[in-house]
Amino acid sequence: MTVDALTVEYWTRKGKIRAVDNMSFSLEKAETLGVVGESGSGKSTLGLSLIDLVPFPGRIIKGNILLKGKEVLKLRKDDLRNLRGKEICYVFQDPMTSLNPVKKIGAHFVELIRTHEPQVTKQEALKRAKKLLRDVGIRPERVNDYPHQLSGGMRQRVMIALAIALKPSVVVADEPTTALDVIVQAKILDLLNALRDAYGMALILITHDLSIVLQRSDRIIVMYAGHMVEYAPSIEIYSNPKHPYTQGLLNSIPNIELADQKLEAISGSPPDLLNLPKGCRFWPRCYCAFERCRREAPLLIKSGTEHFTRCFLYEEGRKT
Amino acid sequence: MLPIRRREKNVSQNEILKVDHLKKYFPVEKSFIEKMLTRTRHFVRAVDGVSFSVLKGEIFTLAGESGCGKTTTGKLVVRLIPPTGGKIFFDNVEITTLDHEALRMLKRKMQIIFQDPYASFNPRMKIGEAVGHPLEIHDIAKGLEKRKRVLEILERVGITPAEKFLDLYPHQMSGGQRQRAAMARALILQPEFVVADEPVSMIDVSLRTAIIDLMLNLRKDFELTYLFITHDLAIAKYISDRIAIMYLGKIVELGDKETIFSNPVHPYTQALLSAIPVPVPERIRKKTELIGDVPSAVNIPSGCRFRTRCRCARKTCKEKEPELIPVSPNHYVACNLAEN
Repeated sequence: MTVDALTVEYWTRKGKIRAVDNMSFSLEKAETLGVVGESGSGKSTLGLSLIDLVPFPGRIIKGNILLKGKEVLKLRKDDLRNLRGKEICYVFQDPMTSLNPVKKIGAHFVELIRTHEPQVTKQEALKRAKKLLRDVGIRPERVNDYPHQLSGGMRQRVMIALAIALKPSVVVADEPTTALDVIVQAKILDLLNALRDAYGMALILITHDLSIVLQRSDRIIVMYAGHMVEYAPSIEIYSNPKHPYTQGLLNSIPNIELADQKLEAISGSPPDLLNLPKGCRFWPRCYCAFERCRREAPLLIKSGTEHFTRCFLYEEGRKT
Repeated sequence: MLPIRRREKNVSQNEILKVDHLKKYFPVEKSFIEKMLTRTRHFVRAVDGVSFSVLKGEIFTLAGESGCGKTTTGKLVVRLIPPTGGKIFFDNVEITTLDHEALRMLKRKMQIIFQDPYASFNPRMKIGEAVGHPLEIHDIAKGLEKRKRVLEILERVGITPAEKFLDLYPHQMSGGQRQRAAMARALILQPEFVVADEPVSMIDVSLRTAIIDLMLNLRKDFELTYLFITHDLAIAKYISDRIAIMYLGKIVELGDKETIFSNPVHPYTQALLSAIPVPVPERIRKKTELIGDVPSAVNIPSGCRFRTRCRCARKTCKEKEPELIPVSPNHYVACNLAEN
């Protein structure tokens, strides 16, 4: 999957908000791509735009999404429906609102499978549902339960089982564990990793928790106010963070393995997207902002092999 | 600057708060037919015999998963809800059965900060009014004097320039600012003891550290004692002096922060610690597997309440409920296996 120059705007009464600004990246088979950012950084909008599901008043202004040779944004409605679920699947943050409360768990699977593969009988679909539930660690009898009879962690497992039901090549998981406790969270993330390896699907993990992303992804996109500010393999992000925002984030998250850690806060607060600062969007909070940052917006530049940063500090000729 | 009460510098390690076998049971609502058919009443045993004490000047953390009773304990301690059983002592005075007036006086000394700063402010009250409100309730200051004190405390929690914020409504401030204002409101009466219930879990990652640092600074300046409640053990490790891990309404392990993290004894603590994500790539930690989900607090397993998920449960665990016993100085564990 490749994404090229994707730009999404929300046209509100107060003005245009550019939630995703000119983002390009690629996703390889069986890769985990972590997208990390604060609320309002555009990470969820990015996820939704990958399946062309940006809610009104949002619209995709420009860009290309290429999935297995198909241009997602140019597909007809029917083809798009076919693509969703079969090639690319979405796991939402809140499993309660994404399951139908008056439908049994099994019925969700039957509907999904038979929509995409009409030749499958109901019995066969249920059989597959049971196998999928077993794969995600739920007893197969649970197909006869309603969503409210399951715990939060189990519901999220059902969502994951639904997402992988048709063996899609890409799964987008948007804050899949935010509503869950740490132990359940660890289990769900392990499960996603195991399924990724078993089915060879690519995983896009969207979260605000840098710890999770660092621990679980191969490559990481750091987003700030709609911009991709850093894009690099996770080892690079960890050992050699370049953008001051990434550095700040790393310095502000506690690590239980370190004794006597000193945390440093990032000053200021995230900008209002209607009222973005001129120049670099991060400069009011940046510890090394200089004159040029206030005037000009930096571009995403190559700052190492496979390492991209949106910061003037790493322009050619400048010492890093 | 606000006048700060000075205490003797030799920080005597005395208890500011002591909780003894505290219990809170919530009755389960039954339908009409169920009421007719059965006489037994069911209870959610949210807090089921919790004992601990908080020393003056320390940060004591209650940690655990959702539903373990940590928030209920916090609310019980500041007497927002009445306990079902047990005793609470504050400054060596029993406060379990105070009347309304005495409770009001008590609230000058103990305050609570909630998780959601938006829900804890009256949306139709300006920030200046809301923060100054406790002064009026307790007849401490009015008019200009109140305004002066409000401005002082707002500056102190980092809401600057304070004048600009006095006439704002809660929805006009950001989440971080609201939580700072909540802290200002809690501190304006100069309490000795503050319960902070998940104060940063709803705040953006990049602002969390600033709020935590503010809490630590305020502790120094106001000589505060915190009871910190969190589900996030990484934050607990950063902020606390001592930590109590709760499971299904009971404390399963209690000790110094260093002990809990370097030498966890209870199988639940071990599992909890192994599940925390570490911000290091390609480092899947050694896992301690847990089976199943947390049982419901209505049907707590017999004997040790953790045995249904414990990887080293024995036969005795089914019969005997373990007590919180010391395994080394200042380190307590409630596990049948730790006893010998």
